[in-house]
Amino acid sequence: MSEQPVRFYQTGTFTVGNRLLPEDERSVQANMRRTNSLNSGHRACQGCGEALGARYAIDAAMEATNRQLIAVNATGCLEVFSTPYPESSWQIPWIHSLFGNAAAVATGVAAAMRVKGRSDVRVVAQGGDGGTTDIGFGCLSGMFERNDDVLYICYDNEAYMNTGVQRSSATPPAARTATTMPLGGSAGNRFGQGKNMPVLAMAHDIPYVATATVADLHDLEAKVKRAMEFRGARYIHILVPCPLGWGHGSAETVRMARLAKETGLFPVFEAEHGVVTRVSKIRRKLPVEEYLKPQQRFAHLFHDPPRRDVLDLLQQMADRNILRYGLADETEAAA
Amino acid sequence: MIRKPFAITLDPGSSLANHTGSWRTVRPEYIDRLPPCNHACPAGENVQRWLFHAEAGNYEDAWRALTDDNPMPAVMGRVCYHPCETACNRAQLDEAVGINATERFLGDEALRRGWKFAAPATSSGKRVLVIGAGPTGLSAAYQLARAGHAVTIRDAGPLAGGMMRFGIPVYRLPRDVLDAEIQRILDLGVVLELNSKVTDVLEARRDGAFDAVFLAVGAHLAKRAYIPAGSAARMLDAVAVLRSMETGEQPLLGRRVVVYGGGNTALDVARTAKRLGAEESIIVYRRTREKMPAHDFELEEALQEGVLVKWLSTITQAGESSITVEKMVLGDDGKAQPTGEFETLEADSVVLALGQDVDLSLLDGVPGLETDEGVVKVGADMMTGHAGIFAGGDMVSGERTVTVGIGHGKLAAHNIDAWLRGKTWEHPASHELATFDKLNPWYYADAPRSQAPILDSVRRQSTFDEVVGGFDETTAQFEARRCLSCGNCFECDNCYGVCPDNAVIKLGPGERYAFNYDYCKGCGLCVSECPCGAIRSVPEET
Repeated sequence: MSEQPVRFYQTGTFTVGNRLLPEDERSVQANMRRTNSLNSGHRACQGCGEALGARYAIDAAMEATNRQLIAVNATGCLEVFSTPYPESSWQIPWIHSLFGNAAAVATGVAAAMRVKGRSDVRVVAQGGDGGTTDIGFGCLSGMFERNDDVLYICYDNEAYMNTGVQRSSATPPAARTATTMPLGGSAGNRFGQGKNMPVLAMAHDIPYVATATVADLHDLEAKVKRAMEFRGARYIHILVPCPLGWGHGSAETVRMARLAKETGLFPVFEAEHGVVTRVSKIRRKLPVEEYLKPQQRFAHLFHDPPRRDVLDLLQQMADRNILRYGLADETEAAA
Repeated sequence: MIRKPFAITLDPGSSLANHTGSWRTVRPEYIDRLPPCNHACPAGENVQRWLFHAEAGNYEDAWRALTDDNPMPAVMGRVCYHPCETACNRAQLDEAVGINATERFLGDEALRRGWKFAAPATSSGKRVLVIGAGPTGLSAAYQLARAGHAVTIRDAGPLAGGMMRFGIPVYRLPRDVLDAEIQRILDLGVVLELNSKVTDVLEARRDGAFDAVFLAVGAHLAKRAYIPAGSAARMLDAVAVLRSMETGEQPLLGRRVVVYGGGNTALDVARTAKRLGAEESIIVYRRTREKMPAHDFELEEALQEGVLVKWLSTITQAGESSITVEKMVLGDDGKAQPTGEFETLEADSVVLALGQDVDLSLLDGVPGLETDEGVVKVGADMMTGHAGIFAGGDMVSGERTVTVGIGHGKLAAHNIDAWLRGKTWEHPASHELATFDKLNPWYYADAPRSQAPILDSVRRQSTFDEVVGGFDETTAQFEARRCLSCGNCFECDNCYGVCPDNAVIKLGPGERYAFNYDYCKGCGLCVSECPCGAIRSVPEET
């Protein structure tokens, strides 16, 4: 009989932890002594993807930097729900300035550390998609262009959620927001607009760019760790579903992120110096409807009769991603 | 005078002051659900529990958890029809977990390493007579001995094992395995008296001063069918054929053997005949393959070995070297109807495998004891109508398998133990079933089922070597790790990880988790991302 690996364990690859794995092979989140950078008592909505993604990412960054980390936060949900004066949920050195200047402040913090000779202290800047792709884009592009030694993390929930779900340049086509109400013949956000921030970051030829979701913790942590192995400007774009703005159940947050990846609508990959070096393959390919249907922001596509034309366009977007990044599993492609 | 920087009037504080648990309308709760394998096991094994130990390579712990319910895992790992695998949720993902083969590995490992049962801690001073040394009687004796009672088993046969020895062929159950597992039960201090047929149960109880009796004599009387037969026709019954294989005098079946019946016993005889050198071994069965009571994998093995089956046929006459069969059709009610078309088959012998009846003669005149359609009537506590006399296995109503026997023995032992102590035994309340829809199958890695090695077909047709081989350790552990742990936390840390509010407390290895309801907002992420369905949402009381 052929030998089979004993190390395999029920859920080894996909769950947070595993009682049979050595501690150093488990995720940071599985550790009883994880930092809990973003602690309990914060005011994020039930099932908040951003709160989850931020703890995942910053805990991993703390682990990767031997807990020598300063975080700079843009205005947005993450700042508002975590730090209403005078309370804070952050258990790390953390600074907030304005909506649009997190990258510039982080540049300053990194410069200060350089001047003080503290090369061991690393700097993370973080913000939502609004603070990253719209308001803070100029500062961020400058940070990339100067290759400042900062890891910038964008928690993308695809709209301005904190202020009442307004459209951002990261809002996907056809998604309904407070500012893309059904008007005339077509409801939801328009096709052909918006920014693909990870690709824009890659265009700056910075050392490291990656995308991740809150549905694959091991992948997310590996990317934060990898990012910390570089000096210079780095960018990680994390998809964080928003039960409030997307209109799905609070228990569905992780599932939505998983479906975004499995349908191909959100490609998960990493790139070094402007070149894609690895992609996360789709494990169980699904049509985009599986992802869209549970979300109220796409409900207008499923009225009677359903908007087959719009759904087809969204499926084409997914298919383009699959082709462009090579997301299909080879064995499935061969079948 | 405030000694603080400009515009700062409050000290910084932690958000821990903000008890977000007050937002909650539903609360998550950890629960154990009943895995379908456990639910389906006639012996009441806690399959998920012993697989949990085996996954970690703690084979002795696994074996001890297993033998709490079943003292003969090496036997059962070979002969059980594993309803657990039929029920296994993993079948809906890829293929059922190879529970039976893993059980066999544990049983063989125990024999190899000489693991023994813990000696009874106490002695009750009570004496129990077990009549019949088959699986049911042995199981009861084991459980009673562990509870501290003095147990004597009496069996009419020359060797212990009952149908495990006299019904199941060697190529499915090697006798050294059977002997070793029986001996391990006797090592608990159980007295075994062979060649001691009990003819009067009340007398035996009185003479031996037994406080209770457990009847488990099985069903050894072959059922007959009326078949007009010439004087020279060689007609045998399956029970006698299989028994004679054990007692040394090999049955003379001839070159062309016809076996009449569609149960597992019919297959056992047909496969035995093939091994004894029969050129043709033909099963005649009145209905179709779908309707056959025998298990399909056994039929498949028989067909591989060259056994032929004549479906939809009944034997109407038997002669010296041939038989006449009549073709049947299935009626709308699923019963076979004669067609009036006849056919002749050459046959040197005909073996009837039409089921067995219970020899109830030892129960004549027992006050209160009732029988119904040839079997003994017992209550839910396995007690007959006569106080202190219990019964189980093939001699009571139910499916007649070794596993059911093991289960009956255990159940009866619990009740006998309670009865001897002047109490009644209550079945512990069952958890709700962990059905597939309670799981989040995303988290389980793809892992095809391991296959046990099979003896090559030439040796299967000419020798009585064991047909199905066992797993090596690597394979057994791999297979154990395919278990989804349905409904029972296996400490994957998912709830601890996916909580956006850090409201799950990890208690450490083996201790599982607890919710911090001060901060849990009731989002339900832990519930939906728990792979095995060990968390549920319940509405918060208002």
